Formats: sequence, C-alpha cells, structure tokens
Amino acid sequence: MAKKKFIVGCFDTEDTLFPAVKKVRMAGYKLHDIYTPFPVHGLDHAMGLRETSLHTAGFIYGITGTTTALSCISWIFTKDWPLNIGGKPHFALPAWIPIMFELTVLFAAVGMVLTFCYLCQLAPFVKKHHFHARATDDLFVMVIEATEKTNEADTLAFLQANGAVETNVQIAEPGWWFGRYDKEQQLINESVVVAH
Amino acid sequence: MHLKYESQLREPLVYGDKTYHQVTEDIIRPIEAKPTKLWYVGFYISVALLMFGVYSVYREVTYGIGQWNLNKTIGWGWDITNFVWWVGIGHAGTLISAILLLFRQGWRTGVNRAAEAMTIFAVMCAGQFPIFHMGRVWMAFFVLPYPNSRGPLWVNFNSPLLWDVFAISTYFTVSLLFWYSGLLPDFATVRDRAKTKLRKLLYGMAAFGWTGSTKHWQRHESLSLVLAGLSTPLVLSVHTIVSFDFATSVIPGWHTTIFPPYFVAGAIFSGFAMVQTLMLMVRHIFNLKDYITIGHIEAMNKVIVLTGSIVGIAYITELFMGWYSQNKYEAYTFMYSRAYLFSPYGWSYWGMMACNVLSPQIFWFRKMRRNVFVTFFMSIIVNIGMWFERFVIIVTSLYRDYLPSSWSVYYSPTIWEIGFYAGTFGLFFTCFFLFSKYFPVIAVAEIKYVLKTTGENYKADMKKQEVMKADEFAHEYAH
Repeated sequence: MAKKKFIVGCFDTEDTLFPAVKKVRMAGYKLHDIYTPFPVHGLDHAMGLRETSLHTAGFIYGITGTTTALSCISWIFTKDWPLNIGGKPHFALPAWIPIMFELTVLFAAVGMVLTFCYLCQLAPFVKKHHFHARATDDLFVMVIEATEKTNEADTLAFLQANGAVETNVQIAEPGWWFGRYDKEQQLINESVVVAH
Repeated sequence: MHLKYESQLREPLVYGDKTYHQVTEDIIRPIEAKPTKLWYVGFYISVALLMFGVYSVYREVTYGIGQWNLNKTIGWGWDITNFVWWVGIGHAGTLISAILLLFRQGWRTGVNRAAEAMTIFAVMCAGQFPIFHMGRVWMAFFVLPYPNSRGPLWVNFNSPLLWDVFAISTYFTVSLLFWYSGLLPDFATVRDRAKTKLRKLLYGMAAFGWTGSTKHWQRHESLSLVLAGLSTPLVLSVHTIVSFDFATSVIPGWHTTIFPPYFVAGAIFSGFAMVQTLMLMVRHIFNLKDYITIGHIEAMNKVIVLTGSIVGIAYITELFMGWYSQNKYEAYTFMYSRAYLFSPYGWSYWGMMACNVLSPQIFWFRKMRRNVFVTFFMSIIVNIGMWFERFVIIVTSLYRDYLPSSWSVYYSPTIWEIGFYAGTFGLFFTCFFLFSKYFPVIAVAEIKYVLKTTGENYKADMKKQEVMKADEFAHEYAH
C-alpha cells in the first residue's frame, strides 16, 4: 500500500470529541479513523460506521460445531463401530447433548476470535502506524485523510477551533506490515505519497 | 456529555481524583517498577511448592498409582477431590466476566481481569488431577476421539468422564480467548508507554498491533458480548457435567438429581472466595485500593452468602431425601457415614457444614461484609469448607458401599498425594504472581469506560442529570 497524508487532531475528552465528529462529517472531510483508549459508545454511529456482523459469523461457527459433533458421534456410534453399552440404543441422542453443546461453544468462540483478528489485522509481529502514542492512554485521536481538495492549514485550524488540543500532519502507511515494536521500521518497499 | 447515567446514591467504583491518564499510571506502574520484596517472597515460596509437586508427580509416574493411598474401594480420593475443588474455583472468573457483563454490573470492571486469570490457572491445576490419575499418563491422548490404529476404537461418547474432557478443554480455551481478547488493548497501553527495548518488543508482540481504532473497538465490543453470552451457559454446563461424573453413577450419595444446581452454586461460592483471597492480596501489594474498593468486596460477599445458603439448602435437601426415600443404602450413607458425627468420616461432614453453611451467615451483617480482615479469613474458611464438601461426597460414599466385604480401611493420603495437591498450589500461585507482575491486573480500558459515570470526582456531575426533566435529558443524551 502506498503512503498517504493525514491530518491528526487529538481531543482530551469525549465532550469535545462528539461535536467535532459531527462537524468534521458535515464539512465533508474524509474521516480516516478515530483512535480511542477505550470503547466510546455511540462513536461508531456518530462516525457513520455500519454495524459489525461478527456475531452472525459467530452463529454460523456455532451451528457448524453442533453439526460436527452430531454427525461425527452418530457416524461413529451407529456406523463405524457400534458399541453395545448395556444394551442401550446406539443412537443415544440425549447422552450426546453435552458434547454437542461444548463443541458449539468451542467452534463459535475460536471462530469468532480468529475472525476478529483477521478483520482487525491483529497478530503477533503485526505492526501498524500509530498516530499518537497516547491514543491508548488518554487521548482521542481523530485522523482525517488529506485528498487533493484538502487545504492543510484550514483543516488544522478547523480541528483546533473544534477543541483539538494537539494537531499535526503525518505522512504514513495506513495498512499493516510485519515488524517489531522495539525497532523503527516501515514497510520494506518504501512507497511514495499519493495524495497531496 | 455522559454516556451513561448512574445515581449519585451509588457508591463510586473508583475513588480518588482520577483522570484517564492517572488510571493508566496507577495500574501500569507496578508492571514497570521493580517487584517488591513481598512479591519475591511469595513467588519463591510458590516455586518451591511447585517443585515439590513436580517431584511428587515424578514418583507417581515412575512407580504408579500405588504411591497414593487409594485402594479398590476408594478409587477416587484426594486427586478427584482436588480436581473438583480447582474446577469449582475456576468458575468465578467467567461468572464475573460473563454473567455480570450480561447483567450490566459495573463493579465487575475492577475485578474481572484478575478473576479471569485465576480461572485459567485454576483450570490448569484441575486438569493435572484426572490426567495423572490415569496412571499411565503417557497414554493420556487416548481420551481424544481421533481415527486410530486400534480398530479404530473410539472413546465412549455416552460417558460423563468423556463429557468432562470436552467440557474442561472447551472451558479452558474459551476462558483463555475471552481473557486474552480483553488484554489486547491493555497490552497496547503498556507497549505505547514502554521505555525499554525488551518491553517494547514483548508487549508489542502481545498487543498484536492494537491501535484503538473505533471500528476495532466496535468489533471488540461485539466479540466480548457474544463470548459472554456463550460463556454463561458454558460455565453452568461445566460444573453440571462434573457433577454428572457422580450423579450418573449408582453409588448412594452420588446418585441424586440435585447435583447439577448444587455443584454450580458450590463452584460459584468457592470461586468467589478465592477471588476475595487474591483480590485482597493484590489491592494490598500493588496499592490498588482506589479500584478494588470496599464496595467491590461487599458485592462479592453478598454473592458468597447467597451461594453459601443455596449450598446449605442442597445439603439439607439431600439429607432429607436420604431419609424420605426409605432406601436403606441412601439412608446409611447420609445418616451414618456423613451426618453421624462419630462415624469414621463424620468430622469431615460437620467441618463442611460449619465452614460452608454456618460461618458465611455472618455476611448478613453489613459491617462484616465490609470488613477486610473478616472477609479474608472467611474466604479461606469457605475454601476449606468446599474442599471438605468434595471429600465428603467422594470418600464417604465410597468407603462403605453395598458389599460389606469390600468396605475399606480408613483412607488417609500419603505424602505424595499431599505433595501433588501442594504442587498445584505452587503452580497456581507461581502463575498468579507472574500475572500480577507482568500483566495489567485491572482492565484499564474498562475502568476508563466507567470512570466518568462512577468515579468519585465525577459523581457530582450526575446531579445535573438528576434535576433535568426527563424529555430534556433524553434529548440531551440520546445519540
């Protein structure tokens, strides 16, 4: 991916952040993302993000687990090796409910976490550009992507007028790459700035 | 603008004049500082216990189960008692993080991280017992259903012991995922303020490149909620299945339908007691009294008195049914082997009654619930009582069964059986000490999330909302 230019405004409280988000969107800026130290409820709606469908994925993983358990056990106990356990029926559905339930939960949980990591690009040795080190401490970092139409000085002034305590312009790689956090690293093939 | 309204009448969950940054400072600082002397002492004692446990297990693996004092009649002794005890303790973490999340209990934020860690370590300890009880531990993989060269001879899916394999391993995996996904943002906080190279590398790796993006938070919230929804029935199922190990048998004293709810209540009871023991130590050693408040301790004590009383009702119901069923074997087990004080194991039954049913009743008094020393003492008493409960169930039912010729001699553990148990304490506390030093013991992001509604210095802001008219309030605060 190519590097891009971003205009960054940091807010120190959600009281100023919310009105600012509204104004930034009204003014037609291209909002890249907002980095917050904790989940700020309602911010996703304010930014106009759509609902996540992660829970739907979880449901699908869950029923996959149920059917895996049921089909495996019934095949094993009725077809592959029917064991005579005290003369009881081979197809002993009530006795399989515990394992079917456990596999439902296991598949749903593991599947959802893996999907979550895939969607958010989270893994060990994954490195990303952090617009502000205090985004995980106490700052709400709003990042606006600069396009050809963006006037840098105006945008900075706009953010400051709306309560940003710290503003700057950064040229950064918006994607992820493999790297270590103890080293200053960027992508292997340094690429050019596309937007101005 | 507050995201949530909380009455001023409620006790604050965070004391002191805190800002977001101060919360980070308070919780992350112990990770960055050198460990205290007290920490070293505790850690080395734990490691020593662990080593003793390793040696005890070495003897058992080398010379066989004969190293333990089990016999043909008492085939389950200390080991399965300890297994059920540890699994029970492992229930509080998920209960706190999952069920209290669904019930929107704000106070969980102060204790959930450590409670979840405790769950994981307790389940690790629990797992050791059935695995080494197999005797030929190198055959342990036989419990897994996989196409093998022995037929393929499959495992018995109708057996509660196999359900246990699935339940415990699923519980461990799901708890670990839940815990770790919650840790990601906090590891990122440690990473972003790290000064040393090693810390940057390790926490950078552990944080998986977390940035705090709003979209990621949105998915994270959804993930936590669904995992909580999954864990809630899971936590109930795990101890239900553990109780099936007993309840599906035909042994008097085990063959009862009351077992699942009674075991689950007992598990929550002992789990909360262990959380109390650990949280009282953590808040003292790391000076986190602003975050783990007396209010938190009181809330947990309320759960303890509730579940302790449920367990008490279960004991009395069992005893009543022993008489009411008019089954002489049941009656003998309950009336003689257990409830008769001067029978060989009568002391353990009355020890259990005293620790689990009678003593927690002092928590009906607010003064006692809010007293740190009483709580600490009681948390240990409860866990002793819950150990007795499992011992009573297992040993008193086994030592005199249907056939008097197989009645066993008095069972008492060998030093290696005790050593194995002590070793799991070592494992548990070694893990917990490492956790408390290198991990954020309190969920930093979650505390920040509730800070402005429930922090002591923000409480006054709620007054404005209290005097506001309802429609005005709705207009102002609805997004």
